[in-house]
This record gives sequence, structure tokens and C-alpha cells, in this order.
Amino acid sequence: MLWTDQKVEVIIGNLLRAGVLLAAGVVLIGAGIYLVRHGAEPADYRAFRGEPSELRHLSGIVGDAMALQGRGIIQLGLLLLIATPIARVAFSTIAFAAERDRMYVGFTLIVLTVLIYGLVGTS
Amino acid sequence: MPKAARPATTAGTSQTPALWHTGRPMTILEFTALVWLGSFVAGFLGALTGLGGGVVLVPLLTLFFHVDIRYAVGASLVSVIATSSGAAAAYVKEGFSNIRIGMFLEIATTLGALLGAFVAAKVPTVAIGLIFGMVLLYSAFLSSRPQADLPGDDKPDPLATRLRMNGSYPSLTGPRQYYVRRVPTGFGLMFGAGTLSGLLGIGSGAVKVLAMDQAMQIPFKVSTTTSNFMIGVTAAASAGIYLSRGFIDPGLAMPVMLGVLAGSLLGTRVLAKTKTQHLRWVFSAVIVVLGIEMIYHAVTGRI
Repeated sequence: MLWTDQKVEVIIGNLLRAGVLLAAGVVLIGAGIYLVRHGAEPADYRAFRGEPSELRHLSGIVGDAMALQGRGIIQLGLLLLIATPIARVAFSTIAFAAERDRMYVGFTLIVLTVLIYGLVGTS
Repeated sequence: MPKAARPATTAGTSQTPALWHTGRPMTILEFTALVWLGSFVAGFLGALTGLGGGVVLVPLLTLFFHVDIRYAVGASLVSVIATSSGAAAAYVKEGFSNIRIGMFLEIATTLGALLGAFVAAKVPTVAIGLIFGMVLLYSAFLSSRPQADLPGDDKPDPLATRLRMNGSYPSLTGPRQYYVRRVPTGFGLMFGAGTLSGLLGIGSGAVKVLAMDQAMQIPFKVSTTTSNFMIGVTAAASAGIYLSRGFIDPGLAMPVMLGVLAGSLLGTRVLAKTKTQHLRWVFSAVIVVLGIEMIYHAVTGRI
């Protein structure tokens, strides 16, 4: 297979759209459960409390989602959404490697490192 | 948001977002439906005018729904990723985007986004409100100017050539070659754009215009489509930090993300068939009003 910039971009475009649709689907499922269970309660976002710790980290979010908690499933969908551009950068690294473009493999690896640090390094 | 009543007089005193005509606290179902609707309109107008919906989301949530600005920024960041990634497939088909320019500048924007997310946790919300208001005014100012490409000269810049950034794009008269210049200036400005994105939860389209269109002299269509790619990656860098800090609330982010995504996808569809000049003026005016409101609320200590 011949890798060209244009072809790579088309694949990346489709990858991104698939990721967003998957994330939106998961969020919708979580939204249904959340609204059925809690829809009638009063809404209050004026006071900032911060999220409980299980909704801040991957393991907690997955645990909540497996327990079919609406908020946990929504958060899992949001996590998938955040992971979508990261997957895009990872794919770009492979594509540049296939084009034997060492300089841009280096650049994409820097971006990938920053992204992964943002996601897991700060928790 | 356009007609969303103006009960701002009660904004400082009410403890929970209230249904304006009854005064009784909103239920989660009502809140979700209204936030979805507002986000849908923001996403729709943002895509139609090319100004981006993200820039009005945070003012919408803080000024009209009385949401704490940290929750609002978290929800906005998530929606920025959704619109950027959702539109990418449509953009690449046109063949304007330049993946190398995008990837190189993402080093600057993602590092800036980390800085912005760290700063967001340290500075008082009043400062975030003030900066947000000023960025809104600046965005409106930029959008009122014509989007014309600067007449670039044809000598390649050595650094841009080394970085293999020069490219061509399809035009009516066949492929058109362009040369990228002033790479270090553009890189520095994109670091600033990333910082604002991480601090305010926006796509920073306005700073992008400065960096890519003005400094680097990238043709408008190329810079617009390339920056769309970059916005999602930039927002993802800070979104992880917001998540681990507990600034992303699923109950709020859910209607915002779904609303903006649906609105922007519809807006992109309608875009091809509409003349948007008048709409751009109206939307710019809304942005100016929101910018002044944000600054006023910040100065009077209500954010």
C-alpha cells in the first residue's frame, strides 16, 4: 500500500468521525439512564464541588459504567471522545513512519507524549 | 440564547438555576433540555458563520444558566473535541488541509494547553471571566474584517522548506502552490492559542488567524481546515487534566456535547446553500454583548 498525505488524511477523517459517533452513542445511553433515574431532581451547578473521585479516573469511570450508573456511562463516552484525537495522532505516527519521514515521526511522538501526560500523568 | 429573557438582575442572588417565569428551581430534566437547546443553537450558528460555537458556550452557561465557570469550561472543552473531530471527515475531502503544518504546530498548542489547564486551577474564576470577555471582544473584532489572503511573495522560506511545510491546494485554475513563512513567530503564537484553549475551553480560532493567516501567510482555506484538525488535539491535551481535577461533570457535559455536535453538523450541511454575511454580523454582535457581560460580571464579582 502506498502511503500519501492525502490518503492518510482521508483515513484519519473517517477515524475521527467514527470515534465521535461511538462516543456520542455511549453518552446517549448514559443520558437515558441518568435522566430516567434523576430527571425529576433539582439541578444545581452554581456551587462548584468538583466531581467525586470515581468520576475522575479511568478505573473508577469504568467501574461506574459497568455498574450501569448513568453518570459513569456518560463519563466513559466523554473519555472515548478525549481518546479520539489521541488515536488520530498515534495513527499519524504510524503513517509518517511508513512514509519514512523521521522528522515528522519525531514531531508526532512529542505531541503523543504531551497528550498521554495530560490524560494520565496528572492524576 | 438570543431571546433568553434577561433576568440577569436576579443572577446574583438565586441559589439554583430557576425557571424564570415561576421562580421554582429547575429539575435536571428541564435543565438538560434547555442546555441542549442552547448548545444546539450555539453549534449551529458557530458552524454557519465559521466563528465556532465554543466561544459562546461558556458565556451562555455562566451568564444564563448560572453554572460555575470551571464546570462550563470543562463541558465546552469536550464539545470542542466533538465538533472538531466530527467535521474532519468533511474537511479532508476538499484537499485543503496540510497535515505537516498541523502536526508541527500541535507541539506548540498541546504544550500551551497543558499550561492553560494548570493555570486554570490556580487563578481565581474572576480572572478567567475577564480574560474570556476580552477574547470574545477580540474575536468579534477579527470576524468583522474581510478574510483575504495576503499577497505572499514567491521565495520559499528556508526553515519552512526544511520542515516540508510548503504545499499546494486545488483551485479553479489548477493546483496552487503556497509557501509558509515566519515559522518561529507562528509557533510562538500557537503556543498562546493553546494556552487560551486550555484556560477557557475554546478552540482559539481568533489567535489561530493571527498565527497562521497573518504571520505564516498560509492561504485562508488551508489554515481554516488545518486548524480544525488541530483544535481537537489541543482540547484533548487539557481535557484529560480537567477530567482528573473533577471539572468535567457528566450531567452538564452530556447536553452540551450532544447539542453542539448536532447543531454544528446541521450547520455545516446548511452552510453550502446560504449567504452568511448578515448572519456573521448578527452573531458578531451577540459575541460583543456576551463579552461585555462577561467582563461586567467578572468586575462586579459575580463569576
